[in-house]
Amino acid sequence: MAVISIGRMGLLSVVCVSLFFSSAFAVDRGNFKTCDQSAFCKRQRALKPGQSPYRALLETLELSDSRLTLQLINDNNKVHLLLELYRLQGNMTRVKINELKPLKPRFEVPDVLIAEPPTEPLSVLSKDDNGVVLSLGAESQRLIVSARPFRLDIMEGPEVLLSLNSRGLLAFEHLRLRKDTQAQPDGAEVKESVDGDQQQAEGEKDEDGERDKEEDGLWEETFKSHTDTKPNGPTSISLDFSLPGVEHVYGIPEHADNLKLKTTDGGDPYRLYNLDVFQYELYNPMALYGSIPVMLAHNTQRTMGIFWLNAAETWVDISSNTAGKTVFGKMLDFVQGSSETPQTDVRWISESGIIDVFIMLGPKPSDVFSQYASLTGTQSFPPLASLGYHQCRWNYNDQEDVKSVDQGFDQHDIPYDFIWLDIEHADGKRYFTWDPHKFAQPKEMLQGLMEKRRKMVAIVDPHIKVDSGYKIHNEITSKDFYVKNKDGRNYEGWCWPGNSGYPDFTNPEMRAWWASMFAYDQYEGSMENLFTWNDMNEPSVFNGPEVTMHKDALHGKWEHREIHNIYGLYVQRATAEGQIQRSGGVERAFVLTRAFFAGSQRYGAVWTGDNAAEWDHLKISIPMCLSLGLVGFSFCGADVGGFFKNPSTELLVRWYQTGAYQPFFRAHAHLDTTRREPWLFGPENTALMREAIRQRYALLPYWYQLFYQAHKTGMPVMRPLWVDYPKDTATFTIDDEFLIGSDLLAHPVTEEGSRGVTAYLPGAGEVWYDVHTFQKHNGAQNLYIPVTLSSIPVFQRGGSIIPRKDRVRRSSACMENDPYTLYVALSPKKFAKGELYIDDGHSFNYDTKKELIHRSLTFANNALTSSNLCPDCNFSTSSWIEKVLILGASKPSKVVLKLDGKETPVEFEFDASMSVLTLRKPGMNAGADWTLLLQ
Amino acid sequence: MTCLHLLLTLVFAVSFGTPVEIQRPRGVPLTKKQFYEENKPFTCLDGSRTIPFDRVNDDYCDCKDGSDEPGTAACPNGSFHCTNAGYRPMFIPSSRINDGICDCCDTTDEYNSGAKCENTCKELGRKEREVLQKMAEVTKEGFLLKQQLIEEAKKGQQEKQGKVTEMQDNKKQLEEKVEALRTVKETAEQPEKEAKERHLKAWEEQKAAIRLEKDKAKMAEAFLELDDNADGFVSVSELQSHAELDPDADGTLSDTEAQGLMGGAEQVDTSTFESVWTNIKDKYHSESLPEEPAPVETPPDEVKEPVVDNDSEPYPEDDVSEEEDDDDDDEDDYHEDDDKAAPTNKTPEKSHEDEEAMPTYDAETQTLIDAAQKARDDFEEAEKALREMDDQIRNIEKELSFDFGPDAEFTYLYSQCYELTTSEYIYRLCPFNRVSQKPKYGGSETNLGSWGSWSGPENNKYLVMKYEHGTGCWQGPNRSTTVKLTCGKETVVTSTSEPSRCEYLMEFTTPAVCQEPDNTDLPAHGHEEL
Repeated sequence: MAVISIGRMGLLSVVCVSLFFSSAFAVDRGNFKTCDQSAFCKRQRALKPGQSPYRALLETLELSDSRLTLQLINDNNKVHLLLELYRLQGNMTRVKINELKPLKPRFEVPDVLIAEPPTEPLSVLSKDDNGVVLSLGAESQRLIVSARPFRLDIMEGPEVLLSLNSRGLLAFEHLRLRKDTQAQPDGAEVKESVDGDQQQAEGEKDEDGERDKEEDGLWEETFKSHTDTKPNGPTSISLDFSLPGVEHVYGIPEHADNLKLKTTDGGDPYRLYNLDVFQYELYNPMALYGSIPVMLAHNTQRTMGIFWLNAAETWVDISSNTAGKTVFGKMLDFVQGSSETPQTDVRWISESGIIDVFIMLGPKPSDVFSQYASLTGTQSFPPLASLGYHQCRWNYNDQEDVKSVDQGFDQHDIPYDFIWLDIEHADGKRYFTWDPHKFAQPKEMLQGLMEKRRKMVAIVDPHIKVDSGYKIHNEITSKDFYVKNKDGRNYEGWCWPGNSGYPDFTNPEMRAWWASMFAYDQYEGSMENLFTWNDMNEPSVFNGPEVTMHKDALHGKWEHREIHNIYGLYVQRATAEGQIQRSGGVERAFVLTRAFFAGSQRYGAVWTGDNAAEWDHLKISIPMCLSLGLVGFSFCGADVGGFFKNPSTELLVRWYQTGAYQPFFRAHAHLDTTRREPWLFGPENTALMREAIRQRYALLPYWYQLFYQAHKTGMPVMRPLWVDYPKDTATFTIDDEFLIGSDLLAHPVTEEGSRGVTAYLPGAGEVWYDVHTFQKHNGAQNLYIPVTLSSIPVFQRGGSIIPRKDRVRRSSACMENDPYTLYVALSPKKFAKGELYIDDGHSFNYDTKKELIHRSLTFANNALTSSNLCPDCNFSTSSWIEKVLILGASKPSKVVLKLDGKETPVEFEFDASMSVLTLRKPGMNAGADWTLLLQ
Repeated sequence: MTCLHLLLTLVFAVSFGTPVEIQRPRGVPLTKKQFYEENKPFTCLDGSRTIPFDRVNDDYCDCKDGSDEPGTAACPNGSFHCTNAGYRPMFIPSSRINDGICDCCDTTDEYNSGAKCENTCKELGRKEREVLQKMAEVTKEGFLLKQQLIEEAKKGQQEKQGKVTEMQDNKKQLEEKVEALRTVKETAEQPEKEAKERHLKAWEEQKAAIRLEKDKAKMAEAFLELDDNADGFVSVSELQSHAELDPDADGTLSDTEAQGLMGGAEQVDTSTFESVWTNIKDKYHSESLPEEPAPVETPPDEVKEPVVDNDSEPYPEDDVSEEEDDDDDDEDDYHEDDDKAAPTNKTPEKSHEDEEAMPTYDAETQTLIDAAQKARDDFEEAEKALREMDDQIRNIEKELSFDFGPDAEFTYLYSQCYELTTSEYIYRLCPFNRVSQKPKYGGSETNLGSWGSWSGPENNKYLVMKYEHGTGCWQGPNRSTTVKLTCGKETVVTSTSEPSRCEYLMEFTTPAVCQEPDNTDLPAHGHEEL
């Protein structure tokens, strides 16, 4: 056994190593910390699983209606912690641990939860010297608090779902006074005289402190040439979670890695620390631009989630008792009766703040999504146009260039909705301004686009050029809105414009001011079809430690250390709020961000940053967006074509085909690359890219409906297969294909020179229809699909109805009133259902005035019926139903439309070879009640 | 049944006040009218199927080729014909019908979208005619200029061709002359060499004799000096008065040492002094003459001095990169100088050893030398002339080898440069040579590419020039420039841009690309169908 196991591990590590070295060009790893170079991570990781020094003081237990508090004591240093437990509505438990009496308050992350989560009553089932058993309400779920050592177990029936501190890795570095010449004697005196208990504890601490100070850099830490002064000393926290029966964990973006998270034994933990990583490498746990500290655990029985609400630098270790075991090894276990349950152990380590964990108990994947959505909100509902195709480049040089690219799309009959301007559009990278020579008449340019019913995005980054001739800088200075350095002066760093200040986006007044800068009379040259892109909001500081802000910089009274991972969220939030305000709250915003945190989904779209024109980067775009979707952020995409380097024509074509089926669909290219607008590669390739983009536009009604659903329920738009097939273990590690909603399965070609792909079609007893040929395939099989350069393998689930607009025009707005074609894909039981969602596509009237059409479409008993899902909604459309295709049908003798009490015959055609019934021009309005009867 | 009523539509077109009514389905061009016969079944233009006529333009796509919906957006691959009376008729993709954007100037594409389109055909037609007229004028004048250019180029080419032929002839003559002169030179150099050698040998002998005599005189003088008591003998003690002769350099010349120098004798007379003189002459200081400074050894640098001098001389044609050649030349020159100059005290060693210069050549030798020198000079001059001729031929041949267009109309651009100043840079296009960019406010010039090739479309490659292999870009390719040529009266760079990093685009007008105006197709209002 062991041999097999080691052999497997060895093989794995060889694979890892070769991946590392085969990378054509790569990140300068030396710029970024490993766990060993991050003092708190090193300290915490040195602590091995074992007996926890923490004990629950059961006599301190207090239970209000929905809140339980209890003190914990560390027997080594006698520091008291306060544990709070909440039972939250929707099958969640919140666990908070803080110091009982911290020297000063510890940071708790604001603005992530949409509200204080509603609670439900907790009740004590039993209590003795060893612990307390609490009821978590229905479904026989219990929470067991063990006292000595302290641990928490959440159980359902006889099964443990999840345990906390079961490996004894709860560690809480309490605030302490510095015991050397730099300590502040006044403070110390006061504190020590307050509380005898505390004094005693302090004594213990001091010993720790004295001992550690020299070795571990508790009070100061240097990385490369940057010194982090740590006036608060060590403040890190850690907690372990055990997940019995779980072999698959997902989430914690952003990492350029597979969908299924790997164990981190023998390597670095997954790191969450928003960083501007130049030329990032694939398949490793290094931190990238954003962080969402949410992990999902899944097995055939249950899906759960852990949300670790902490915005400081965070590392996540994952280990598993089955990692490295081959299928044969597992079988051997079974045969030999070695019945060790598979288990995944997870450990979270953060540099500061408190432990604030939300345990989402599912049990279904959709439950976890709605649970997480109830905490942090859902994906913002984007303007319909933003689901179209975006054309970006660093940089479109001038207005003339913009105009000619715009015309290029029309000349080649390729649809697009947004053209983008990168940093060169502004006057010397002073955002909110325009280069006086190249973009002298921005309104003229925007007006020209508006006449084509198209839109523009201009970049606005959060670093502000220090220049007394720059209005934005002067106002921020006069309002004292800049982040401060440790000495209280304005923090300055190097970024695109040169020396730059960084507005303190954590300050609500600052955000309000920033938002006001998007008003049409403030942002000169802006119009209602101009939208925004926030880049570099990690924040990127070229000359800062790890290319970001110094941790001892100050946001009001809080150190940057505490808020780092949420800075980017605030930037996007303030920008989106500004965009909404400029229209008086009527119009929806569209803001793209690079950095993000839990809750960022509420403010717009995200892309996977500066990728490269390499096949592996095309492949990784799928798991990267899937991981984001799982933790709430659906509006995700990767730069089509790859940002750095020049793609081969084949790669570019394949990337268009893949991007057309991912939520955010934007081509982008680095300044140093050659032009790559889709018509520059010969007519055949133009046709291929045009076709991919057209497929996207035809499906816009479906995408839009999925985003409405995501906005309402938190369901991801782009999903791993296991979300809809949670019991099918074959789906658990698939990340080269994905579902769009429940009804489309895409397996884009991501291999160079591919002649075929093998797609797994899930669902025993289900069928899937090739959307291009309508050929029917059975579910629960690996299907080999021969491909050519024009192939985009996509399948529609039998049992679904997808509305399309097959009249593709030059932008989504042009298609507003176009008729729909319904693609009814029958299940083996001749059943199908779907939805149709319509609104004005850009305003909040769907919400504020219920101006929307939401219909349920059902095919059952040979009748296709449209019924109203929102009877009190009012919206009228001139769109109608021009065609209905019923896949997997048999030939009827007659088809009748029932509308307004009248029956009219409908002409039809039947293709017996593919069993496709086409109903010709039934013609009813898309918002009407109707039935089509097949007789 | 449908929310839109999209039945057969009639086109009411108005052309210059004459109302014409032609019935055909919306979006059908006149040329295809016959396929759309009212009330007769319609067969898709690809022949794929036949449908009742009321399904033409009924806003549902029945034909795979889109031909049943020329006037609606129903077919993804259809096209719509706008008559655009007063302007040019055109086809637009069906997807632009009723999309809210005015595409046809006669507004016929937006008949049901609510878009407020204005008929701009007349205005467009007028403008187009103006532009066309202007263009026609430009083309006309440009074409005339082009004819001139062709004429001049042909003339120039002929001239050059003739010149080359002439020069080839001259060259041949020159080559013969060079050969002849080489023979003359070599013939003259042989007797010169012999005469010089003779002269040198005679002088060497003479020098040896003089040296011997001088030594003897010195010895006699020394004897007299040493013979203090003038007894005709030099004794040991007399010798000892010359401490500089001390062989072990301890400052004193002891008895034994002196005796040693005297060859063991106590005293020597003038005849036996000869052997003593041999022992002491190197160290002996004359009492009468001031002490001669020890001969200073020539520092090695001095040898190089002439080279240094030569270096500072301008070599007009030579590049710095040809340093090695320079050195060779220097040496050659040096030797030549040696030969040419009268062999006086050129060599430092000689000048030290010999008080007297070599006597001038005798008349006979000098005559031979002069004759040889003249032969050399003549030869070199001829050779130089040949080289120059070669260069000239090469240059003209290079020029003639360029592809200056089918009628050599681009010839006039050769060795010219054209500049365009933008807000930041001065761009410079030297056709068939290179493109460069120089910051307006100081800074060094950047090469944006050297002449590569004509690279226009297949039907006329002379519309685009490609300049390649310019200065490399940081982390990028070498700079290159595409120059697009359009017809114009003037030869000017009209714009520059950098569509991709380090890939420049230049627009350049020249009469050389003006096409012959088509007199039968004068821009009138002749395009519309009605």
